[in-house]
Amino acid sequence: MILARVVGNIVATQKNIRYENARVMLCQQITPEGEDTSYSCLALDSVDSGVGDTVLIVQEGWSASTASTGKAGAAIDSAIVGVVDRIDLLKSL
Amino acid sequence: MQLARVIGTVVSTIKNESLHGRKLLIVQTLDRHLNESGKPMVAVDSVGAGVGELVFWCRGKEASFPFKREDTPTDCTIIGIVDSEKHVTNGK
Repeated sequence: MILARVVGNIVATQKNIRYENARVMLCQQITPEGEDTSYSCLALDSVDSGVGDTVLIVQEGWSASTASTGKAGAAIDSAIVGVVDRIDLLKSL
Repeated sequence: MQLARVIGTVVSTIKNESLHGRKLLIVQTLDRHLNESGKPMVAVDSVGAGVGELVFWCRGKEASFPFKREDTPTDCTIIGIVDSEKHVTNGK
């Protein structure tokens, strides 16, 4: 799983049928310290996350599909599966 | 999934049988600011996308799921057309 920050979302009328009623969120990967990396991606929301939230994104098809649509076998490679409350790092103690 | 711009088409006559009738498009992946990121790739279309459109694509094994499952050899499939650039909110 990767840590990311939700930065927005997209609207697509014409899309794969399994994306009906799903929210496609635009996410920016972050380091555990909270800095942006060079990677951003789209992920389906399964936990009612919003812009500004730090989230956990799973990037594996079966998990992403099951988490966001309740059923495996959809063309979904990334899903938000958790909102992060806090991150504790050894070096910041 | 990643945002991308369709920048061209590919014509292939001799190809895997399950790719017959499929549209092959060249997509340039974009970052969240809609700037180009990485090299262009060839994607199979599943939604009727065309050149110039803003789309999003799915990678890996899941890319074959819009078709008869696991039958179509693709690792990059266009699965949605973004309505317009204004429909990409980014921190607004």
